[in-house]
Amino acid sequence: MAEYKLTTPLTDDDIIKLKAGDMVYLSGVVYTARDAAHMRMIKALDEGKELPFDIKGQVIYYVGPSPARPGRPIGSAGPTTAYRMNPFAPRLIALGQKGMIGKGKMSDEVKQACMKYKACYFASIGGAAAVVGSAVKEAEIIAYPELGPEAVRRLVVEDMPLFVCYDSYGNDLYEMAKKEWAGKFSSTA
Amino acid sequence: MAQVRDVSVKDVEEAIYKLALDAAYHIPEDVLEAEKKAYEREKSPVAKKVLETIFKNIEVSAQEEFPLCQDTGLAVIFLEVGQDVHFTDGYLVDAINRGVERAYKDGYLRKSTCHPLTRENYGNNLPAIVHTFVVPGDKVKIIFDAKGGGSESMSKVQMMKPADGRDGIVKTVVDWVIQAGPNPCPPVIVGVGIGGDFERAAVMAKHATLRKVGEPSPDPVLADMEREIYEKVNNSGIGPAGLGGLTTCLGVHIEMEPCHIATLPLGINIACHVNRHKEIVL
Repeated sequence: MAEYKLTTPLTDDDIIKLKAGDMVYLSGVVYTARDAAHMRMIKALDEGKELPFDIKGQVIYYVGPSPARPGRPIGSAGPTTAYRMNPFAPRLIALGQKGMIGKGKMSDEVKQACMKYKACYFASIGGAAAVVGSAVKEAEIIAYPELGPEAVRRLVVEDMPLFVCYDSYGNDLYEMAKKEWAGKFSSTA
Repeated sequence: MAQVRDVSVKDVEEAIYKLALDAAYHIPEDVLEAEKKAYEREKSPVAKKVLETIFKNIEVSAQEEFPLCQDTGLAVIFLEVGQDVHFTDGYLVDAINRGVERAYKDGYLRKSTCHPLTRENYGNNLPAIVHTFVVPGDKVKIIFDAKGGGSESMSKVQMMKPADGRDGIVKTVVDWVIQAGPNPCPPVIVGVGIGGDFERAAVMAKHATLRKVGEPSPDPVLADMEREIYEKVNNSGIGPAGLGGLTTCLGVHIEMEPCHIATLPLGINIACHVNRHKEIVL
């Protein structure tokens, strides 16, 4: 298990050195989008329109933050469950998206897209929302403001701690970790 | 004849307001205690790191006024109303909704209710989900449960066959929680409702998640099932945040009611590792 500091946008070279189980401290711009924003982005693509940001090399954070208190860029901002973005992620990865940040399992189609187009799914700790929110330096709504918490935001983060969950070689951290620890619990221990 | 006691719905509104804010920023003591115990027992270094992050999150939330989770939940309210209570000063449910709306606005909490089909966000986190039970006496007990969507989505009601019995229920719950894996933000609290009917199984399952964590059912048969599910789930290896370890669930709580001779309803509701709920008696 290695540790890397990476700054967005990410390149193929960044991605191919990452293995499931590695830790990444991510800095730079990440874009937020969840269900409603993804539906709109896919619709835009279907209609031949542009996405609200250039997706090449970018990382999308699956999050719907809580409102910012005055003087702060954002409220709490932990990851949402990623499988709901299964229908959308492969298409965006094919267009150059290099990473997704979320929690929970994604589909085999997403894993295959990560292998084919060199991308990674990064797992963040669900519920560690205050910790992540307090580490966001800047936040700005860049599309779909009417979606409220689901609007697309451009965040600037510094050393956001992430686990490489699906790498570009087909490995799956959740499966690896489960296998390693299965059967080791004893309530009397 | 019992004396009727007047309770102003304004007091209910105020109580809801305070409970909602408290739940969003302060983890229940029993949940934190269970997590600390799990930390001592945990062998996986990654799991320990995840639990340390969870502890830090609890601190940052309380001290710097960031909600424990960005998903500050639907407002689910269990209301036990003494039959000798008479509500005054307006309609009870309106007052509850006012308390929720004000808390979510003043507390910078996320508004998460939307139209089911258009997905348009209502912007006020209304309506609250209110489960009302009439009980003896002249008190009003309010339990406020801020229920996030991630753990709620990993829930189900299954109409089992009577022949599935105890072991069938244990297996169904264990398989379901393991299948949910990292999605509902483990370490989780597993609520199970057995019997009743279709909807009662679900309500019991959710209510069960609100019991003091790890406190066994007073029914020895259910306590034994709780223990078995607890061990099997924690032997799955899923661990905190699904990143591996010995701590996948903090507690398994079962509630049970009689059912129809042809049915065996089973409800499963999962609460995440913050399990935000607060209560008060008026």
